Amino acid sequence: MTDSAETPVIRMEVARYRPGEDAEPVFQAYDVPLMDDWAVLDGLTHIKDRLDGSLSFRWSCRMGVCGSCGMTVNGEARLTCGTFLTEYAPGPVRIEPLKGFPVIRDLVVDIDDFLAKLSSVRPWLVREGEEPPLTAEYAQTPEQLEAYKQYSMCINCLLCYSACPVYVLDPDFLGPAAIALAQRYNLDSRDMDDRFDVLNLEDAVWGCTFVGECTKVCPKHVDPAEAIQRYKVSAALRSVLPWSRR
Amino acid sequence: MTDMIDVLIVGGGGAGLRAAVAVAETDPALKVAVVSKVYPMRSHTVSAEGGAAAVIGLGDTLDEHCYDTISGGDWLCDQDAVEAFVAEAPRELIQLEHWGCPWSRERDGRVAVRPFGGMKKMRTWYAADKTGFHLLHTLFQTTLKYQDIIRYDEWYVTKLVVDDGRVHGVVAVEIRTGRVETIPARTVVLATGGCGRAFPFTTNAAIKTGDGMALAYREGAPLKDMEFVQYHPTGLPFTGILITEAARAEGGWLINKDGYRYLQDYDLGTPTPEPTLRSMELGPRDRLSQAFVHEQRRGRTADTPYGPVVYLDLRHLGEEKIEHRIPFVRELCRSYQNLDPVSDLIPVRPVVHYMMGGVHTDLDGATTVAGLYAAGETACVSINGANRLGSNSLPEILVFGRRAGIAAAEFARSHREAEPAAVHSQGEDERRRLARAREGGGNGGRIADLREEMQHTLEGAAGIYRSGDVLAKAADTLAGLRERAEEARVEDGSTTFNTELINLLELHAMLEVAQTIVACALNRRESRGAHQRTDHTDRDDAAYLAHSLVHRAPDGTPSVGLLPVTITRWAPGERVYGRD
Ligand SMILES: Cc1cc2nc3c(=O)[nH]c(=O)nc-3n(C[C@H](O)[C@H](O)[C@H](O)COP(=O)(O)OP(=O)(O)OC[C@H]3O[C@@H](n4cnc5c(N)ncnc54)[C@H](O)[C@@H]3O)c2cc1C
Ligand code: SF4
Ligand code: FES
Repeated sequence: MTDSAETPVIRMEVARYRPGEDAEPVFQAYDVPLMDDWAVLDGLTHIKDRLDGSLSFRWSCRMGVCGSCGMTVNGEARLTCGTFLTEYAPGPVRIEPLKGFPVIRDLVVDIDDFLAKLSSVRPWLVREGEEPPLTAEYAQTPEQLEAYKQYSMCINCLLCYSACPVYVLDPDFLGPAAIALAQRYNLDSRDMDDRFDVLNLEDAVWGCTFVGECTKVCPKHVDPAEAIQRYKVSAALRSVLPWSRR
Repeated sequence: MTDMIDVLIVGGGGAGLRAAVAVAETDPALKVAVVSKVYPMRSHTVSAEGGAAAVIGLGDTLDEHCYDTISGGDWLCDQDAVEAFVAEAPRELIQLEHWGCPWSRERDGRVAVRPFGGMKKMRTWYAADKTGFHLLHTLFQTTLKYQDIIRYDEWYVTKLVVDDGRVHGVVAVEIRTGRVETIPARTVVLATGGCGRAFPFTTNAAIKTGDGMALAYREGAPLKDMEFVQYHPTGLPFTGILITEAARAEGGWLINKDGYRYLQDYDLGTPTPEPTLRSMELGPRDRLSQAFVHEQRRGRTADTPYGPVVYLDLRHLGEEKIEHRIPFVRELCRSYQNLDPVSDLIPVRPVVHYMMGGVHTDLDGATTVAGLYAAGETACVSINGANRLGSNSLPEILVFGRRAGIAAAEFARSHREAEPAAVHSQGEDERRRLARAREGGGNGGRIADLREEMQHTLEGAAGIYRSGDVLAKAADTLAGLRERAEEARVEDGSTTFNTELINLLELHAMLEVAQTIVACALNRRESRGAHQRTDHTDRDDAAYLAHSLVHRAPDGTPSVGLLPVTITRWAPGERVYGRD
């Protein structure tokens, strides 16, 4: 399937950074076969398997659901398993780590900050009182499911953080995915919290300047920008009508 | 050296996280840790699509779920394990609901169920067609509530520390820094998932490399039923991306190159426009994948650059149903295959999907090594027998993840002795071995070349149909490969995020597991479920109504024995599909 005489190639310029060896990232060029059905990620695994075993990047599912393979492709935040190489023909195509995060090595970035932020919004179902016995489910109609479903589709790929102009300048900004996930629970008919203490802050929803880049890059149509705007409205309402929720 | 952990869980997928919560809820005073080579929410459970089976009323009974599972497994399931599984599956799925899992719903607010292959009743709960994704994120986010659960994210376990028949912890590499650490623990729960990556064409994620099976096997715990490898009938031809069985449950048809619903020629029933339970496209996976091979031999499959295919036809379902019930199928077809199932046929072929076998455990996940437990796809309890039914695995990882967690917690509470000196010395030996692997950089082949050779050897010998002489040859090839893998070339000498070293360790694990697959397949001279021998074409209950149990001999070769199957209420019978 690969490397036959007629197969065209595409040049991939890949950012390399090995702490201790490279003072700063450098680009290294590799020529890989330009196959119709190859994703950018297939180009990278080809490099690792055939050309240079020392290139480091994360991936796993290769079906757009584990959220591991986000990188910057020709300047844009993309899921590399879901982006065809042919989109960049004839090349070259530049692969860099996700912007906005510290780089650990090559294309691998440090996402611990996001995990801490995710924990801080209580991303679990908050209920009052005893949990009922495990014999019946909480009722939830399809309409009630629809009310939060979209925000539950987040795969934590962090493309939205990478694209967010606020996060780049202010690393304390809670950021799009964490707010969308907080809203996922707020809007769930089974949940009894509104996460006001963690969302109604300068570094949370009020930090967002509604640029909307997050929604544009999101591969799962989560629409974090809308999640944030909706919370602003309910937070504003709540300060006028202190007893109202959501 | 870190503080002693009470329950150390290797794996942050569905089984591992469920075990962690079970420990935290059983006894908050216990120290519980989850070590995972990827961030937990990236674990492979995230890819599961179709659903999770559990009896939820609607004229269904526990006995019927048991019967479907046992006949689906060609009577190789342990029936006491199946009964426990079926009885506890509903409460586990309700527990997930109480934790927030967005299950799809009926109009009146109850959880909805769909049909699934080999199931006589509708009992498969689903969250559209991203069930595993929602299940894993719900579980992961719920574990965040238990702030005392210690997480070792992106740490790779290379070895279990076992002394005198008892586990004392693990040795693991922190991938980010290359730091090798010995983590002492009173109990270890392996929840490391399957091993599909040992085959060339698989639905499995890159991380499914059989690590836990190899870890246990190397320390003397036997593996069970390793010859039973599930081929799923509908993978996309180049990527191996799975098109979920839910597509057929919603009414999709499998047709050959002439547009003919060929399953009717293989004793799977007669075609009806609407899906019929336990019939045709809703037959079990082993039988459907075998039918594909026969179609190919008859010249009725279509050729593509990636091999022969048949087609999955969803067009008659219409856009609305596809969007509503199986939107991910459409998304995957569009983004990865450049076609739209609303108007196009989907080319599919059988693809390695699931390991029925795994670390031999009892009903509480206990292995033969004291303090060592296993749960999830890496374990073999066994509820899947010779062929797993679709949508039984997700409830399995929950039921047995919880059971293993509780059992490990109990063991940790009652075994408070100090760690033996062996922990330190084994840890030091392992550290030196890993440093050599990284720095030495052998002159043998490339890791990728060795891996491909292993994959093709396995596919050739342990695919849908097998035969004694090919298997025997494969056993030799794999033994040779194992030696060469010791000398594999590592180009990356860095300690920071060295994925090449991890790939090498994964290759070693897969080779170990591959050898057991071939050895068990060679030893089983009958055909049962997913194990079909062209030289022994019948099921032979007199000789083989038994599990294969494979130990690692002192020279490193697999040694296979048999263990009787537990039968409680269902005497072995004929597997009947499509005719009542
Ligand atoms: C595409 C696809 C679709 C599926 N759909 C369904 C379905 O609809 N219904 C159903 O019932 N089943 C389905 N299955 C099967 C089911 O998803 C899996 O069997 C199940 O999710 C396995 O869960 P697990 O917790 O055992 O392992 P995994 O989720 O695979 O988790 C393994 C964990 O172990 C960790 N790990 C592994 N090795 C190491 C190591 N050396 N050191 C540290 N950590 C390690 C990994 O990081 C990971 O966290 C599907 C499978 C596939 C491939
Ligand atoms: S909101 Fe979208 S872009 Fe952001 S992490 Fe989630 S899936 Fe990725
Ligand atoms: S590899 Fe999982 S999202 Fe791309």
